[in-house]
Amino acid sequence: MSKSERPSQLFRNLNAKVASIPMILTAMVVFVGGTAWTVLYSFTNSKLLPRLNFVGLDQYYRLWATPRWLISIENLLIYGVISLVFSLVIGFLLAALLDQKIRFEDTFRTIFLYPFALSFIVTGLVWQWLLNPDFGVQGVVRSLGWTSFDFNPLYNSSIVIYGISIAALWQGTGLIMCLMLAGLRGIDEDIWKAARVDGIPMWKTYLFIIIPMMRPVFITTLVIIASGIVKVYDLVVAQTSGGPGIASEVPAKYVYDYMFFAQNLGQGFAASTMMLLSVMIVIVPWAYLEFGGRKRV
Amino acid sequence: MRYKFLTAAFAATVALNFAGPAAATDLEVTHWWTSGGEAAAVAELAKAFDATGNHWIDGAIAGSGGTARPIMISRITGGDPMGATQFNHGRQAEELVQAGLMRDLTDVATKGKWTEVVRPKSLLDSCTIDGKIYCVPVNIHSWQWLWLSNAAFEKAGVPVPKNWNEYVAAAPALEKAGIVPLAVGGQAWQASGAFDVLLAAVGGTDAFLKVYKDKDAKFAAGPEVAKVFKAADDARKMAKNTNVQDWNQATNMVITGKAGGQIMGDWAQGEFQVAGKTAGKDYTCLPGLGLNEVIATGGDAFYFPLLKDADKAKAQEVLAETLLDPKTQVAFNLKKGSLPVRGDVDLNAANDCMKKGLAILAKGAVIPWTDQLLSQDSQKQKEDLFSEFFAKPDMSLEDAQKRFADIIASAD
Repeated sequence: MSKSERPSQLFRNLNAKVASIPMILTAMVVFVGGTAWTVLYSFTNSKLLPRLNFVGLDQYYRLWATPRWLISIENLLIYGVISLVFSLVIGFLLAALLDQKIRFEDTFRTIFLYPFALSFIVTGLVWQWLLNPDFGVQGVVRSLGWTSFDFNPLYNSSIVIYGISIAALWQGTGLIMCLMLAGLRGIDEDIWKAARVDGIPMWKTYLFIIIPMMRPVFITTLVIIASGIVKVYDLVVAQTSGGPGIASEVPAKYVYDYMFFAQNLGQGFAASTMMLLSVMIVIVPWAYLEFGGRKRV
Repeated sequence: MRYKFLTAAFAATVALNFAGPAAATDLEVTHWWTSGGEAAAVAELAKAFDATGNHWIDGAIAGSGGTARPIMISRITGGDPMGATQFNHGRQAEELVQAGLMRDLTDVATKGKWTEVVRPKSLLDSCTIDGKIYCVPVNIHSWQWLWLSNAAFEKAGVPVPKNWNEYVAAAPALEKAGIVPLAVGGQAWQASGAFDVLLAAVGGTDAFLKVYKDKDAKFAAGPEVAKVFKAADDARKMAKNTNVQDWNQATNMVITGKAGGQIMGDWAQGEFQVAGKTAGKDYTCLPGLGLNEVIATGGDAFYFPLLKDADKAKAQEVLAETLLDPKTQVAFNLKKGSLPVRGDVDLNAANDCMKKGLAILAKGAVIPWTDQLLSQDSQKQKEDLFSEFFAKPDMSLEDAQKRFADIIASAD
């Protein structure tokens, strides 16, 4: 029981604990504090300046009755599914192809990774031109003689979000490929040899042995892709600025527009709280399974 | 050697500082006038202010009002106010005034007899909150203009229309000649502005005021506004092949004869001038779409944040007086293509379209604009609705009108 025998847990590694105080404070004040402040003010009718004048759930009722918000959510879902599935599949396929000990691997890797060096704004502008009906792909194909060729995603309300997804995939897939390639290189050569001795075809080795072994890499990749999906904003601004009409709006743009253009902080805060909530719904069960389970073992 | 040079340089600057006039005060002025004609107009203001012995520090913010206003507001609320800043007079800065961040200019206004010289009176009303004056209007910009390309109508073989109804009737002929009848760019405010113009022109002044001033939702859902939606539907059909975003690209379609016309404010005139076109010969302008000749008194104004520095506060007063000076008003507005806020200045150099505007102004056929009547929040909701309406040909009129009435019902 006496203190001298078992030093208190609180004072172990004291230096390390003191050193991490600034970081803990930053996290608590900036992240948690800022989040709590936003959630609190989302229940007020703050306009240009934050005011504590509570109106209950009014901002949320209005939010979910606004067609633009509903379209934003729908677009985010479509965009999310597309970028998740395609960047994982394409990224992994490219990495597996590069892993075949091909010549000029460095050159290909550089080419595939290069788009990632561009910001979303530049990507958006480049693809705005490529998909422009008069100057881009459609214009070139038509000038070659196929005059009925129709490829005009950015000016067609029903498919505009796919046009944006194409640009996002072009920009982001290279990074996913590199992560996957790093994962593939981390697999022990002996496993491949063993699989070859047993006569397992290559695709089966990938599917049932290599991919399950790459679980940590996949989880990292998933987190990177998912955070990119939720925060998508600049790409839409550069490519279509939400148009045609409001067909390619996304939640982050709704938040910005209502906080700053419409001078309605309350509405913007309500929308950003909904974004936080949707992230929590995805993250919390996953974190529980991932980290909560390990403790019991 | 090098040190000596530096010392000499420092000495020189110090000497220069003392050499300047003792009363010279630097005042930073922020605004979003960055296009060619706008920058030339601002230079006139800076010249006039520098002539008073003070110094204008130009704080231009590129990227139109939507980008600039959040930056200006966060500087004022964040405790780093500039000397003076542009806003559209009306309700954009209302809350900043209520929060006590803006300077009361009533003394300067009484001294300069602003209530007598500023015309129309509604301009100063928009600057007045609780009986005190907080801003200096510098120009009048009106939205109510239809710009028509004479060449396009010639090519289609129909006479240049004299009003909106003739224009709609001429649309099929234009289309047959491969011309887009009406150019409406993809930016949200263009669609919403075009509807407001139609409301004042087709529905009439009373209808406009009933909807936006009295916020009568029942009226907004009624048969008179339904007529306006019918006209907006015509506009939507006429505009469906406009594949451009920015307003000046749309104006350019009219200038080059690719489009028959455009509903746009008088700032479009600057584009015609830069392209070397003559009013009446190359293009035609119809105020109030030729149906209801009124002018909305939107425009720009300068607001002065409350400053602690007494010298700067004094310079603010000088700037406020300079902005309304008759000479400054003429020089500035001729370059800007807008109308002056004083009735007692001479604008002989104005072109035909500007003179039409001045005549309407003299008759007193003015209405307040939506910037003055609606909050930014309601404006944004309206923009969302009309940009969707113009981009979606299958959106029904009843549906759109119902949503419009809902926005009016909750408007403030």
